[in-house]
Amino acid sequence: MTDSRNIVIIGGGHNGLVCAAYLAKAGRKVTVVEAAAQVGGAAATREFAPGYRASVAHLLYLLDQEINKDLALESNGLSIAASGLDTVALAADGNHLTIGADSVEGAGLSSEDKAAYKEYRRFMSKFAAVIGGLHNQVPPRITYERNDLITLGKLALKVRLLGRDDMREFLRIAGINIHDILKENFDNPLLKGALSMDALLGTFSGPRSNNSVFTALHRMSGNNAGAAGAVSIPAGGMGAVTDALAAAATRAGAEIRTGSPVKQILMDGMQVSGVELTNGEQIAAATVVSNADPRTTIMDLLGARNVEAGFARKINNIRAKGNAAKLHLALDDLPGFKGLSQEQLGQRLVIAPSVEYVELAFNHCKYGEYSAHPVAEITIPSVHDSSLAPDGKHVLSAIVQYAPHELGAGWSEGKDAFMKVVFDLLSAYAPDIREKTVASELLTPQDLESEFRLTGGHWHHGELALDQFLMLRPVPKSAQYRAPVDGLYFCGAGCHPGGGIMGSAGRNAANVILAK
Amino acid sequence: MRTVNFSQHDHYRNAVFPSPFHARQKEHNQLREWSRWSDYLSVPAYWCADMEYFAGRNACGVFDITPMVKHLVTGPDALPYLNRLMTRDVSKIKPGRVGYSVWCNEQGRVIDDGTIFHLEEGVYRICSQEHQIDWFMTNTLGFDVNIVEDTHDVAALAVQGPTSCAILKDMGLQGIEDLTPFGLTYFDFEGTQLMVSRTGYTGDLGYELWIGPDHAERLWDRLFDAGKHRGIKAMGSDALELLRIEAGFILAGVDFLPAMEAVRPSHTRSPFELGLGWLVHFDKGVFNGRRALQEEKEKGSRFHLVKLDIDGNKPANQSFVFTKDEKFAGTVTSAMWSPSAKASIALASLEAPHGKSDSRLELQGHSPLQQ
Repeated sequence: MTDSRNIVIIGGGHNGLVCAAYLAKAGRKVTVVEAAAQVGGAAATREFAPGYRASVAHLLYLLDQEINKDLALESNGLSIAASGLDTVALAADGNHLTIGADSVEGAGLSSEDKAAYKEYRRFMSKFAAVIGGLHNQVPPRITYERNDLITLGKLALKVRLLGRDDMREFLRIAGINIHDILKENFDNPLLKGALSMDALLGTFSGPRSNNSVFTALHRMSGNNAGAAGAVSIPAGGMGAVTDALAAAATRAGAEIRTGSPVKQILMDGMQVSGVELTNGEQIAAATVVSNADPRTTIMDLLGARNVEAGFARKINNIRAKGNAAKLHLALDDLPGFKGLSQEQLGQRLVIAPSVEYVELAFNHCKYGEYSAHPVAEITIPSVHDSSLAPDGKHVLSAIVQYAPHELGAGWSEGKDAFMKVVFDLLSAYAPDIREKTVASELLTPQDLESEFRLTGGHWHHGELALDQFLMLRPVPKSAQYRAPVDGLYFCGAGCHPGGGIMGSAGRNAANVILAK
Repeated sequence: MRTVNFSQHDHYRNAVFPSPFHARQKEHNQLREWSRWSDYLSVPAYWCADMEYFAGRNACGVFDITPMVKHLVTGPDALPYLNRLMTRDVSKIKPGRVGYSVWCNEQGRVIDDGTIFHLEEGVYRICSQEHQIDWFMTNTLGFDVNIVEDTHDVAALAVQGPTSCAILKDMGLQGIEDLTPFGLTYFDFEGTQLMVSRTGYTGDLGYELWIGPDHAERLWDRLFDAGKHRGIKAMGSDALELLRIEAGFILAGVDFLPAMEAVRPSHTRSPFELGLGWLVHFDKGVFNGRRALQEEKEKGSRFHLVKLDIDGNKPANQSFVFTKDEKFAGTVTSAMWSPSAKASIALASLEAPHGKSDSRLELQGHSPLQQ
């Protein structure tokens, strides 16, 4: 047993590590207990085939720059292999589009579309900044208390400062679907398809699903490389970010214990008293912070019976249906994507030929099927970072949608068949992909759930949507990182402001705990 | 976990059922009036509500409580489940005992009140005014417990009044006189099990009889046969209403708005605001409404339920209550002329701080309260 003034953080995912680092920096005694053999959760860089490494989270676009600075991630070992990547919208005939931060190029693109893209970027960046401005705020409660009013007032002011026309436009589009917005602005099907992916990756929604503009804005709300939503690839995979966070936390005095799965959160009367590990060891702590998703935290670790029924019901009803499968390929050599130069292979490659194609891909998962013709976001990080594969070899990392968590046929049956669908898809754009592949790994949402302990295999720890955002995340009345159990806090992506390698939830939680 | 299958009870074709005692009720129902109570036909008054009231107070009144919503709670987690559901400490209700309780939502507002019968070790019956199966099922999350709504499987009669014990004894219930208040016991009744609890809604000596619906009419006949020389009368809901107000018992939907039915959350009441703070046990661990009630206990309640003794003899139904300097203080929720107390009495919900101490208040629209 250790000191009860100890703070135990369950889970060494990026948010848990951020939270640990801030708490330790403030002089608190912090112990992080991580179930896996390494920290990082779904961000960890792991060997999926001998000599080949990849991280499930593969692009960095939301990392909070204040956290980056506060925790001195660079001096703790983080370096960026490539940043400000273009998005290449792949076409089966090789006539791809290259979508940059402020311009789009490609065959068959009209000058109207090119001009519209500049305007689209202008207003989407501006609106995304409104969403982004909320990331470092503890969500306000609807009360008349000063801090809550200030936060709400700041939000209102931000919206108002958009100016009359933009404010009206923001309020018009924030709750509607990305298909409508893209249709209003563009003609080119490939451009629309690729842009719609910003709204849909990691969500249970198609281009015509409501509030998919919001999810697009959320994805664009980071400011990593000087442009809204710009993507980077860390050297050494995403695990480099979590390793740097772990180093920062350790340097600040936090103790990190890997290979220590938590069996349950312990209670002493109405107060949290620590955690019990699966090996029976108990760690006493008056404060327990959970980086696990809210449903796992309450239903599995604390036990529904230790909270009031209304809260248990809300937590149990959080929508968390993961739809994104993760593909890792070990490649002998760079694959030949039609019409792409070697330099372009290092960009973010998107397979989403049209919005209609994407919508049809989404249709399947509503009925418990995987997409017959999936969409994908592909990176070949080894182009920028040779440490991920043996000399001259490469790693392909792709998010493939839609692969529902609850596959009607069951994933033990369906996985091989889906793998074939995925290879067929890739082959249409890179005909030699099968020959170049020496090993592969496909992680379905079921796999992500069991390996990373994510409810529903959902990388946001719960669907990101307007009704599960800000003061409604994870559930109404508990959005201030506090569970309604004395001493228990949430710090994961299931809280505001959600998932993606961001760290804001961890920092906000630390602030709440420190302000106690 | 089981869900109740209503289809077997023909709910889709019939909204209201005749009670298992219906044939006997019909014989006694001289006024030929029927009302609806929950899923059943009920009798407001058989021949004269006031005389039925006097039967209940001075002899024995028999009231059909079959319509009361009943649930059976079993399973290894029955007790922890109930302790999380109810505000009171259910572990204090030993087998063979009955306890009155309320249950609240997360905001500490009363969803309903009812009685918990600890039928045998780990087996409980919850009786409530409102249908609760949805909320009770919601509460099963995380508990190994079975909940069945068995309203239709149990016929029940309230036998209330000073001669009730003697009548039951005459009916052959040996040792009934040893049953203490809030106790329950079992008898053999013509080969079936009859449960008798010393409970009621009248504040008087009284029992409640619980039996399978097939034996309902036999039970009624044996009871009335045994009671014919002891003033037994069938009693309707109007008489029961008088008896329960006199006893100071509250009624869901009348003295408070059940939280699940309230459109405006501010119109609901907490246990403290209903004078039921004695049912809130903070020393038993987590229960629904605990955090909110703890806060209310520290900060104070918004309302107080009070019992009024009113000048005059006119029932003060639907009156507003004012202070002497004509400030609004609250509303009367239930009122009657009490023949036993020879007084006009009422239950009223007063806005805090009114009602904390005895004081004189005025009633609007009833001056002078004479009839």
